[in-house]
Amino acid sequence: MSVTGPKLQPTLFELSGPGRAAGRRIPQPPADALDRLPADALRATLPALPEIDEASLVRHYVNLSQLNWGVDTGFYPLGSCTMKYNPKVNEWAARLPGFAGLHPFAPDETAQGTLELLWELERDLAEISGMDAVTLQPAAGAQGELTGILLVRAYHRARGDPERTEILIPDSAHGTNPATASMAGFRTVNISSAPDGGVDLEAFRAALGPRTAAIMITNPSTLGLFERHIVELLEMVHAAGALAYMDGANLNAILGRFRPGAAGFDVMHFNVHKTFATPHGGGGPGAGPVGVRRPLVPFLPAPLVLREPDGTFRLERPGERPSSIGRMRGHVGNVGILVRAWAYIRAHGADGLREVSDDAVLAANYLRGRLEADGAFEIPFAGPCAHEFIASGAGLKRATGVRTLDVAKRLIDKGYHPPTIYFPHTVDEAMLIEPTETERLETLDAFADALLEIAREAHETPELVTSAPHSAPVRRLDEATAARQPNLRWLPADPAEPSRAG
Amino acid sequence: MVYGPHTPDDRSRMLDALGIGSVDELFDVIPPAVRAGPMHLPPGLTELDLMARLRTLSGHNRVDLASFLGAGIYRHHIPPVVDQILLRGEFYTAYTPYQPEISQGTLQTIYEYQSLLAELTGLGVVSASHYDGATATAEAALMTCRATRRERVLVSRGVHPQSRQTLATYFAGTNLTFDEVPLVHEGPAAGTTDLAALGRLLDDPERPVAGVVAAQPNVLGLLEPMGQIGQLAHAAGALFVAVVEPVSLAVLAPPAAYEADIAAGEGQPLGIPPQYGGPYLGILACRDPLIRQIPGRLIGMTSDADGRRAYVMTMRAREQDIRREKAASNICTNQALCALAAAVYVAALGPGGLRDVAATGAARATELAAALADAGAPRLHPGPYLNEFAIRVPDAVAVHRRLLHRGILAGIPLAELEPGVPALADGLLVCATECTTAEEIELFAWALRDELGSRPGVPAGAIGEGSR
Repeated sequence: MSVTGPKLQPTLFELSGPGRAAGRRIPQPPADALDRLPADALRATLPALPEIDEASLVRHYVNLSQLNWGVDTGFYPLGSCTMKYNPKVNEWAARLPGFAGLHPFAPDETAQGTLELLWELERDLAEISGMDAVTLQPAAGAQGELTGILLVRAYHRARGDPERTEILIPDSAHGTNPATASMAGFRTVNISSAPDGGVDLEAFRAALGPRTAAIMITNPSTLGLFERHIVELLEMVHAAGALAYMDGANLNAILGRFRPGAAGFDVMHFNVHKTFATPHGGGGPGAGPVGVRRPLVPFLPAPLVLREPDGTFRLERPGERPSSIGRMRGHVGNVGILVRAWAYIRAHGADGLREVSDDAVLAANYLRGRLEADGAFEIPFAGPCAHEFIASGAGLKRATGVRTLDVAKRLIDKGYHPPTIYFPHTVDEAMLIEPTETERLETLDAFADALLEIAREAHETPELVTSAPHSAPVRRLDEATAARQPNLRWLPADPAEPSRAG
Repeated sequence: MVYGPHTPDDRSRMLDALGIGSVDELFDVIPPAVRAGPMHLPPGLTELDLMARLRTLSGHNRVDLASFLGAGIYRHHIPPVVDQILLRGEFYTAYTPYQPEISQGTLQTIYEYQSLLAELTGLGVVSASHYDGATATAEAALMTCRATRRERVLVSRGVHPQSRQTLATYFAGTNLTFDEVPLVHEGPAAGTTDLAALGRLLDDPERPVAGVVAAQPNVLGLLEPMGQIGQLAHAAGALFVAVVEPVSLAVLAPPAAYEADIAAGEGQPLGIPPQYGGPYLGILACRDPLIRQIPGRLIGMTSDADGRRAYVMTMRAREQDIRREKAASNICTNQALCALAAAVYVAALGPGGLRDVAATGAARATELAAALADAGAPRLHPGPYLNEFAIRVPDAVAVHRRLLHRGILAGIPLAELEPGVPALADGLLVCATECTTAEEIELFAWALRDELGSRPGVPAGAIGEGSR
């Protein structure tokens, strides 16, 4: 990782020394600045925060960064996460002072640049998805799901149909789907998958009824398969008076090929950190815009961005759309992230976006083909796949005792971030592999070679695999103790003693 | 391909390996009836043209005005070291640290964030972060219901209206309810939580209260009697949620000192630019016994197989990917990069520096209040404040607009922030920070005096509403 190898770091608190804090950031306040405040509202002593000079602080973080693996480091085929390259121009864009420095309570006439960009992005996402309107407010994909399901709830209630209390969710769904349904007050009904990986139509038909509020489908599914019965499914949902929610996690497979709104989905969320290359940030921030068809527009969260007849832009005013479900969070959305998504869409145009999905799907099928031809790992579902595919280490485990977890850890030694493992839960020893469109053919080949080499190692020197990784900054972690005796904060008084939380 | 590496030759090799002639064949599975027609988007731009368009758009925003805007989002000096660290690709192009062996950077930075916020709040458990202050407040309210198995929450009207609105949305799908606690209308405690009303709302054996939510400082900038609010809550068996502003915690008593069980807050002031709404940082912290009720990611210190100190996501059994429909929340990610910004910011300033930021804001606010009062706009409320307060301006919305045309963002009209509250209709909420200059204060006071003085024969403060 670095020329001398990565260096584990002491905590910020251990780097601290009295008087070391870099001084003179801002002018000294007058000594009596706080005298007008009541004494009982004030802190008795300064918080015990670290005091560190700037050079040591920078080294701390640069060394920590080198313990990390990012898309900028190397191949990151984490299935269902779309770890594509994050263009640098987008980082530049979000940091332009006119965007970054704008206060969220800035009056509309002082925010015309951002408002115009957001208005365009709402329309671009609607066009890409075939939806009629888009809210940019949700802060993340999971919050987009919650928004969408609350919209479903509002829709049924407005029609005088509040008895629809169930959401149908395929068993291969991301865990956020059932968690979202619960949070919005619905009961989850799990739908099993058919042997071909698609939704089991008979199970689906049996579960669908007058209590069904919506179905949540990830399409293509988390098995990397386009739902081949999508037309029948959508017809059945609508015939039952329910709505169809599309989890847009896998939109990177279908840009310019399938527009969910045009096909009959009523509501969907976008993960801009997946499809539109905004950085994943080590776990966030992202943004989760939601698109809807016309019947759901009145319920969208407020505020939307509006264009006036004179060509100026403004935010909706409180109460302007009385049926709105309200507010999902503060302000208009994760604008700094949305600027990046807008820039990505503008850089591509329609043809470029279609090419993104074409190349992502082609790369996934190529990699899938390489592994299928060898046979060391099972490829449980017939091809072609979408932008990702499932491989299973079940046979390898039976033959050698080496688990998918071990294979994943050994991939680290070979210089790759492992794929998503043990998800979806419906496949034994699953690996969900998503190469994205931004990896060279040489990388795809080398990764396939590495996986197959690990399979050979599992037969010949299994302990080499089961004890991996050997070259990472740390070895496998004691997660059991971490959960049993949680140490969630540094306690300077007694660093050896874990916090007694829980 | 704009950012991808594939040449026509690469594509041919992949197609050949798959034994197909065109990439279209890979999409044959999509039924013809639902295949997409062409998308109508503007044509792709070169990087040169893209940057020009972005410069133009960003130039249409006015960030050069003398700004007194606050209400939870504050303009602060952000040391350049913060953004330099955020631009490390290893941090910002990584994802959730599912593979701890190659994610120690992200994991340790979040552990350090948790530790710094634990020190500032005095509460032992800090989540790896939520979306923003509003969602963290809503999640805190939901926590009180899970922890007490009660179904009713009381929220002070001193909590930011956007947080209350978000809480309402989050409660909409549940069987939980909330009531708002009014603010005192007049007298020395005007603008702070009405303790008598709180007592009455708590005294309802049919509808026991799970939690009481109050903000310090509150949305009007005023200091609340947090100790008394907490005592009332606890006496009724309810938990106490303090909504805090993190920079203020360098000088104000921490939530633990007034026995708050949970703290929530907007972390933007800790090194994150305003950027018109986000991404921000939702702070959520609680006392140790509530650890199993806190939603969202937690990072713990442990050791690796060689006994080296290492960090890992922990207490995962609360989370959606394991619990699915039984999870504490549907939250999946956190705001890791914003938490990193907050940690670098706090460490770059140190305890004295953070105190100086808070104290300088208070000092500037003192100057601002004096100058505006002198210009004819006294404070709307008499109680103590830190760096934000409301002023009384007749016909506030119209004056605010006229000041805007003079290049002054004269805070936020309370008639827009809290519509329909007569006691606030003539108010402008203004703030000062270390970035507020003496010249800006002078300009604001001069222009305000001019506006108010331009009403011949009518003394400031004596004008009824709708005079324009």
